[in-house]
Amino acid sequence: MDRKMFRAVMVCIAFFLLGTLTMCQKKAAEVAEYKVGAVFSVTGRASFLGDPEKKTAEMIVEQINQAGGINGIPLKLIVYDDEGDATKCNLQVKKLLEQDKVTAVIGPSISGLSLAVIPVFEKAQTPLISCAASYKIVHDEATGKPYKWIFKVPQSDSLAVEAIYTNMQGKGINKIAIISGTSGFGASGRQELIRLAPEYGMEIVADEKYDPKDTDMTAQLTKIKGLEPQAIVNWSIGPTQVTVVRNWRDLGMESIAFYQSHGFGSRKNIELAAGAAEGVLCPLGACNIADLLAADHPQKAVTMKYAENYKAKYNESLSSFGGHAWDAMHLLVDALKAVGADKAKIRDYLETKKGFIGQHGVFNFSPDDHNGLTKEAFQMVMVKDGDWALVN
Amino acid sequence: MDKITFASQLLQYTVTGITIGSVYAMVAIGFNIIYNVTEIINLAQGEFVMLGGLVMVFLQVSLGLPVVIAFAGTVLIVTLVGLVLDRLAIRPIRQPSVLTLIIATIAASIMIKGAAMLIWGKDPFDLPAFSGRTPILVGGATIQPQYLWVVGFLVVTVIGLTLFFNKSIVGKAMSACSENADAARLVGINVQHMVLLSFALSAAIGAVAGLTMTPIALMEYDRGAMLAVKGFGAAILGGLGSFPGAICGGLILGLIESLGAGLLSSGYKDAYALVVLLAVLFFRPSGILGNLEVTRFKRF
Repeated sequence: MDRKMFRAVMVCIAFFLLGTLTMCQKKAAEVAEYKVGAVFSVTGRASFLGDPEKKTAEMIVEQINQAGGINGIPLKLIVYDDEGDATKCNLQVKKLLEQDKVTAVIGPSISGLSLAVIPVFEKAQTPLISCAASYKIVHDEATGKPYKWIFKVPQSDSLAVEAIYTNMQGKGINKIAIISGTSGFGASGRQELIRLAPEYGMEIVADEKYDPKDTDMTAQLTKIKGLEPQAIVNWSIGPTQVTVVRNWRDLGMESIAFYQSHGFGSRKNIELAAGAAEGVLCPLGACNIADLLAADHPQKAVTMKYAENYKAKYNESLSSFGGHAWDAMHLLVDALKAVGADKAKIRDYLETKKGFIGQHGVFNFSPDDHNGLTKEAFQMVMVKDGDWALVN
Repeated sequence: MDKITFASQLLQYTVTGITIGSVYAMVAIGFNIIYNVTEIINLAQGEFVMLGGLVMVFLQVSLGLPVVIAFAGTVLIVTLVGLVLDRLAIRPIRQPSVLTLIIATIAASIMIKGAAMLIWGKDPFDLPAFSGRTPILVGGATIQPQYLWVVGFLVVTVIGLTLFFNKSIVGKAMSACSENADAARLVGINVQHMVLLSFALSAAIGAVAGLTMTPIALMEYDRGAMLAVKGFGAAILGGLGSFPGAICGGLILGLIESLGAGLLSSGYKDAYALVVLLAVLFFRPSGILGNLEVTRFKRF
């Protein structure tokens, strides 16, 4: 054989050996650690959701590994940023499943993206714990039951609506106006508001909409003002939910009670409203008002601890949305501790988990309920003196 | 609360419409100034407005400077950005066709937006209103004092520009450039300086629009694109190159948006203005106050 040919053959053999060695290494790693994947919208339109979610997940993994791992086995978290884009989310989810070979995935942060990747997980028979709110994530319209492998931890918008309507009933309100953003979150909330209205005796006299990028809602609010409702419910996420509150105040409409969705849950929103948010009501998960909870409240301990740890590590106050990642991550950790890295066993474990105390409620899962929460997962709060205050 | 009458509602829609219309009008004027002197459509115009708001936030809120100084500082800084845009993005292009230059402004707008995102992040920012937030009640409609500031600045800008272009030598020189650049060069006007000045003026006006609207509508890093589209729409509606046209176009656009959202359906708010724009262009392609002859001469 001449020299060129010899060299070529040697190079090929070398690559072949290298390849085999790498494969061996991978195999060994798979047994020695638990691999969990996460897809969050860390940047992009929904970064206020994904960024605290990523931070929370990483903080939890660090805490667990420092304490020796799960039953002595280290936990590895692989996080991808989908930038709020459905195509990217799809690709990254497939990457987690096929290349990184994770046991389960938490996320995505947004309802639209979660709905988009459900078929991927059903096909791959891998558990997904979503951090997005739409009830459709755990409800297959065709069968009327939850998707087999999909769970979610945020409260459904329907529960938030029920909490709001219950509060309104207590105040004798029955004539309301709704105004919503045309995003997935806003549209879903609006649907729930309309669907549950008859059940609580609510008459909806106005149904206004605005674009998530809109900067002024005085026209819609002026129209509502003319119809004289007793209360307004706004359903949107992002800066528009602050703009609506400012417009409400600018138009002198304070005599009409103002309810926000649970998307309002951040002190930054109160700040941006520049005093206009005083008296605004909204349903919030317990983690937002940890310090206001009674000492014997079941979630008091975990919410206080999370607030402390998050503040200590990241020097910013916790976000309601980070709480969802906390719930998802700890549920998964709990499952791994109980049954190990077996996808089907994890799924069965999650489906029958009862009494899990999380940031956003006490979860009781069942084969018919892959969300596990009731309207008690929400506390009704009001903005008072620039901060939250419980409403009885 | 007394029932609000339909007349009061109409008045409220009109008030909001005129306010947001004034912002569009100022953006449209910015487009016209640059277009008149250079035939370029400066698609980074919206970014000047965005920068106006955000730089004012930095100067007034972060540094705590008094309003008047922060105002002057903001206008100065954004004008500088406009100058840099001309010097670095427009002037160096070796074979300046109008299309190439427009693409250059698009590239610049993307860069400015990216820089704003890195500097200020993605959150919206607020500014304190210039004279407080106690609403003024007129005929059942509430007018925020800040609305008056926005409209007031539009008026000041218009008066200032009219005096500038008609009475001052520099202004007349700029008008000469817009009529016929070669002839202007022949009588000794430095056309390159006029181009620079047009960018500076547009940036300054954009900045004023931005910092007056932020106390009402907040400002974030990606607001520029939509403002540019609507401001450009307003300019076309009124007739590209015409100042009275820009004002009319802006106010009409704002009113249509507000009235459409209030009286018809609020879900299609953005569509109304654009539909009207298309309709006007169909029946009167040069815009409401545009001159068809002049339009035919210019490349756009």
